[in-house]
Amino acid sequence: MQTVKMVVTGSFNAGKTQFIRSVSEIEVVATERRISSEDRRSIKSLTTVAMDFGRITVDEDLVLYLFGTPGQKRFNFMWEILSEGMLGFIVMVDSTRPETFREARSILETFRAYAPTPFVVAANKQDKEDSWELDDVRHALHLDKGIKLLPCVATNRDTVKTVLLELLYNIVKEVDSGK
Amino acid sequence: MALRGNLRDFTITQLLNLINLASKTGTLVVDGASEQAYISFREGKLAYARIGKEDGNLASLLYKANKITTNQYRAIADRAGQMTDKELGLLLINAGYVTQEDILLNLQGYFTDMVRKLFTWVEGIFRFENEMLPPDDRINIKLDLENIIIEGSHRFRDLEKLQDEVPNLDMALKFTERPLTNVNLSLDEWKVVKFVDPKNTMRQIAETNMLTETEIRRIVYGLLQAGLVELARPADRLVRQYQKMFPTQDKVEQKSLLNKLIGRIRTM
Repeated sequence: MQTVKMVVTGSFNAGKTQFIRSVSEIEVVATERRISSEDRRSIKSLTTVAMDFGRITVDEDLVLYLFGTPGQKRFNFMWEILSEGMLGFIVMVDSTRPETFREARSILETFRAYAPTPFVVAANKQDKEDSWELDDVRHALHLDKGIKLLPCVATNRDTVKTVLLELLYNIVKEVDSGK
Repeated sequence: MALRGNLRDFTITQLLNLINLASKTGTLVVDGASEQAYISFREGKLAYARIGKEDGNLASLLYKANKITTNQYRAIADRAGQMTDKELGLLLINAGYVTQEDILLNLQGYFTDMVRKLFTWVEGIFRFENEMLPPDDRINIKLDLENIIIEGSHRFRDLEKLQDEVPNLDMALKFTERPLTNVNLSLDEWKVVKFVDPKNTMRQIAETNMLTETEIRRIVYGLLQAGLVELARPADRLVRQYQKMFPTQDKVEQKSLLNKLIGRIRTM
């Protein structure tokens, strides 16, 4: 049995767990506990403190694992461990919360430094009225034109599939280019 | 879906950067603690600015800049109060009291001062209104934003956020497609620009120029905000780690594996 891995990263409450949940054939394994901060409690009542883990079985010989990194900065020591051996990664950005863009940029640059592997950026929550438009998110994240920025609604399986497929197309391109 | 948020989370410098890079046309409206600001742009360039109840009409600007006398100012107020700034400007130029250059320079200075005032606002709800254009009765300018952005980035003091903006000094820099002309940089900024090349990491550039980590971060932040450079992986780190990524080293098998994954996801 061959296994391959992709990592889903991004800042707190960007939608990583939901993204994996939308396509995983197994219940997403995540350890959660109540948070203590008043601010964050207003955003979500539970938060992951361990990684998310999902699975997509291709056939009896091949399985894709999806790993979600913990959202909080204090768990960033895990990012390097999780990024080892990954096919590629997805950076999730909460389009409705510009206050998270700086952190998303920082996470992106950190992962790029760990591993020169293909990646895409998913602008999540694009169905919300107060979400920023893709072009504005692109400029806010300083993404150059060559980086794919994709609209995403993590609760919508089709958009999640599109993000995964675009990452895979990137990986194919890299393999074909022979670099 | 309007571009909106709070200055607490997204600074004026970052907003100007976004407006500049996206070549936006419209007006940035900011609700400050005690007054409202309106900064208008055309294709990413500063066109007009007003804060609070400050009128900023042409006559008062020229008077404050000593381009017209007190008597001239009073005469304009008495007899030309209904004129638009454009009409008044033409009148004054034709009468030989001021030149077109006088008018444009003074307006540029005034609008830039308005933006500088905004740099001191740390809190306030902002929104960018695409449909709101500069007022018709006022003279609009066309001022590039790069220098204002760099000036704004110099004020960036929060070291922790600076660390987030430029987290890894082992990355390199490369120039963007925007031309580096008419940009006012400090000596240290020019020293850094001289070494911008994917072969040089920021750490190496800092060491060569005897800059501290904070100093190089601040300089690079300013250059990033102005859209003059972007981060790049250092040229000597283009090693592909596919041997770890794939369970097989054979390229044909790697392609087959990827095609299987693509096929599987498509059918989900």
